[in-house]
Amino acid sequence: MTRKVKAAVLAAAVGLMATATGCGAADMTKQSSPYANAAGAKTVTLSVQSWVGARANTAVAQYLLEHELDYRVDTVQVDEVPAWDALSQGRVDAMLEDWGHPEQEKRYVQDKKTVTDGGDLGVTGHIGWWVPTYFAEAHPDVLDWRNLDKYASQLRTSESGGKGQLLDGSPSYVTNDKALVKNLKLDYQVVFAGSEAAQITQIKQFAKDKRPFLTYWYEPQWLFNQVPMTEVKLPAYTDECAEKGTADPSTVDCAYPTTPLKKYLNTEFTKKGGKAARFLKKFHWTKEDQNEVAQMIAEDKLPADEAAKRWVQRHPDVWKTWLD
Amino acid sequence: MSSATTTTGRPAVAAAPAPGALRTALRRPAARKVLLIALLTAVAAPFAAARWGSGSWPSGLTVALDGPLGKANDWIIDNRDSHWLFLYFFGHVSNAVIVSVRAVYTVLLALGWAGVTAGAGLLAWRVAGRRAAVTAVASFAVCGLLGMWVPTMRTLALMTVAVAASVAVGALLGLAAGLSDRMFRVLRPVLDTMQALPAFAYLLPVVLVFGIGVAPAVLATVVYAAPPMARLTALGLRGTDKGVLEAVDSLGATGRQRLLTARLPLARRELLLGVNQTIMMALSMAVIASVIGADGLGDRVYQALSTVDVGSALAAGVPIVLLAIVLDRITAGSPTPRQGPARRGRTLTLWAAGAAATALVATAARLLGGQSWPDGWTVAIARPVNTAKDWMVDHLYSGVPGVGGTADWAAHYTGWVLDPLRDGLQSLPWWGALALVAALAWLIGTWRTALTAVLSLAAIGVLGRWDASMDTLSQVLAAVAVTLVLGFAVAVAAARSPRVDRLLRPVLDVFQTMPQFVYLIPVVALFGIGRAPAAAAAIVYALPAVVRIVSQGLRQADPAALESARSLGATGGQQLRQVQFPLARASLLLAVNQAVVLVLSVVIIGALVGGGALGYEVVFGLAQGDLATGLVAGTAIACLGLMLDRVTQPTKPKEAN
Repeated sequence: MTRKVKAAVLAAAVGLMATATGCGAADMTKQSSPYANAAGAKTVTLSVQSWVGARANTAVAQYLLEHELDYRVDTVQVDEVPAWDALSQGRVDAMLEDWGHPEQEKRYVQDKKTVTDGGDLGVTGHIGWWVPTYFAEAHPDVLDWRNLDKYASQLRTSESGGKGQLLDGSPSYVTNDKALVKNLKLDYQVVFAGSEAAQITQIKQFAKDKRPFLTYWYEPQWLFNQVPMTEVKLPAYTDECAEKGTADPSTVDCAYPTTPLKKYLNTEFTKKGGKAARFLKKFHWTKEDQNEVAQMIAEDKLPADEAAKRWVQRHPDVWKTWLD
Repeated sequence: MSSATTTTGRPAVAAAPAPGALRTALRRPAARKVLLIALLTAVAAPFAAARWGSGSWPSGLTVALDGPLGKANDWIIDNRDSHWLFLYFFGHVSNAVIVSVRAVYTVLLALGWAGVTAGAGLLAWRVAGRRAAVTAVASFAVCGLLGMWVPTMRTLALMTVAVAASVAVGALLGLAAGLSDRMFRVLRPVLDTMQALPAFAYLLPVVLVFGIGVAPAVLATVVYAAPPMARLTALGLRGTDKGVLEAVDSLGATGRQRLLTARLPLARRELLLGVNQTIMMALSMAVIASVIGADGLGDRVYQALSTVDVGSALAAGVPIVLLAIVLDRITAGSPTPRQGPARRGRTLTLWAAGAAATALVATAARLLGGQSWPDGWTVAIARPVNTAKDWMVDHLYSGVPGVGGTADWAAHYTGWVLDPLRDGLQSLPWWGALALVAALAWLIGTWRTALTAVLSLAAIGVLGRWDASMDTLSQVLAAVAVTLVLGFAVAVAAARSPRVDRLLRPVLDVFQTMPQFVYLIPVVALFGIGRAPAAAAAIVYALPAVVRIVSQGLRQADPAALESARSLGATGGQQLRQVQFPLARASLLLAVNQAVVLVLSVVIIGALVGGGALGYEVVFGLAQGDLATGLVAGTAIACLGLMLDRVTQPTKPKEAN
């Protein structure tokens, strides 16, 4: 009996393999979402990263694609590195805000040519260490990294193990903070919040009690409007330091660079995407524009499409040029 | 009975100098086991310490997998678009998934909101009765009212395909394991691993091979949801009454007849329970899979999380809970009695009538309005929920008179419980930890379970994740302790008062099915960043199961024993301590085991709010596409889970073979 069952299972497995392999190649780069084009509409898939700025870009692009160009837009929330992979596979058509990933750029844009540079977003990104402005005003010398140790005891929390706490964010973010703390010999412990949502919640909680804190943070970000923060000066960013860091990330001992944020498109989509692809390449706005939308989404809790609609109504002069 | 089983080994070792006491103590098997482990350690430890030192796991005994895993990672990315393995195998697998999901989704869209609601109601009514039908209709209506109709349909389409695939795979595996002892032995560790490995850890390899989107989400769900089906199928088949089988044999049935007419029908209950469990597991993956682009309700929860919007997360989380409740009621519905040919004919007519009625409703609604949920018929709950959350945080976070704010509790929990526990575990010499685990596992199980536990712990060391694992372990142990204290207290109340039990049941339902992502943000808002909020999330998740198991165990305590205790004038507390707890011992142990397993499964989710350690490494691996970091940390969590399971799961000798 068992032999019979085994034979049956084997036959089923072989049958499955045969149906799976018998009908030619199945290119995984040609498999879009099962929900795409469900009602016969042209669909564009955009990747959204977890921070709100990236959602603002996508929301506005989505609104204009849907209302001005008659596309259907699907959005997928993925972190940056998997988003590169998804772009290369054609699972998403475009990523609107990349914070600089030289390794991915080399692999996909230069070597495999499956991803195409979509030009600048118009927003410049900057990562750094920040303290709340109320704290910086009371203690102006905290703004130089050399004086940070003086304040370590004030920045201690139950998670920082007797040292000062340097609050870091999501694991998907570009960060050298552990190396920086070590190489600058600071009396600090990097505490990872694990997600931007958790980090923002914690920052707001600190700000409400007017407690001092030191955090990894970045511009542009709508939270600055709510919790004004001032940047702490780290040793200046140099090419030499950057080279050293590319070779071995644990040797970094200088500030983060200022990065013009870029858009990337799936190569096939740039060729066949028609109006949508042209539109996404032209999409170009400022930090103020982005923050305006981001603030509406994150703080006023408007649905993303409602926020985009309001911005679109207020700024026709900006987006009209993207449609030509 | 209770006094014999609660004896631990420690007093026996302490009593060693007195030869008389030693001899008595040695008569107990537990003491003999501990003594043997102690002797072994005493002999081996000096050598181990001299050779490798006795701090945390020695670096000489680790194997670095970063190199080979990194290479595998690159190979897959470079060959994914051209190698035959992807073009002719994985490509077709993912294509089949996409085609199926699309087919189901198209049907759901064609039925429209009215058709789907009517169809679900009729199905529930046929299978599980009128109350289930009302629940189904009301639930779908709420999904629409919350403005979540389209995401709900997407999740439903994905779930249908994932559950069908999981049930098929699980039933095949279970059939093999149920009929062949060798398959059973081979499959058991495989299923154990599938369930012990955190769901987040398989997202990474699945994404690497299949890219992001619906196909990998379904496949990851199958890996997660098939094991309970396989286990229960095997259990059902193996548990067939010997007498019945002999009777069937004596009638001269062939193997296949025996399977189809006796074993499978007799295993019906287990099979249905298997389907039910598979659905629940699959639904709990719906949100986790959104991290790799599964779309639907999970994606709404995940996106709401990124804007710290608890209200929207709840609006998307409620439909998940409702789907779980509806599917649970339908699949756990009263099994219909065996049917004769005449009744079968009638049943067919009824099913046909149901299908026709559904089609009719769908067409009517389509002619009258449209297929998608009417825009005006929605209720926005996000804003009031957010207001309520803000109020809670404003008033509870700090400065509550008398008891202190939640932030203070979090700091105390971290400083007084977690830190000492972590430091203690991390400063334990590695060989000491192995000996301790061996002793615990052997005391409660057999030498086989002890061996598995020790090997799992050693594997963590070999993978080079010792310190991070001890950190994670301290978090798990502390959270389990809190869960058990709270769970036992609530369970006692529920077991003693039927009213409490009735009030509690829907609350437990909701907490068991609510996606954890929904309560992560309130948890951070109350407890700040770090290990304390991670523990809070884990406790919320594990508590319902503990309460259920314990209160059921207490209630099932023999009424006669309780009655006689009462007639002897025992107070409520005495009854509880001396009758109910000892009688419910098996349930209590199961509750401990479940608490451990469930808390561990939240470790990674906890990393999203600052839990750190192994969970953070898994999330980091996924976010940075770093197979080496993510998979190794995921494996370490699985080993930790296996070790904890073996240490807490009493194994009867006959099951150990």
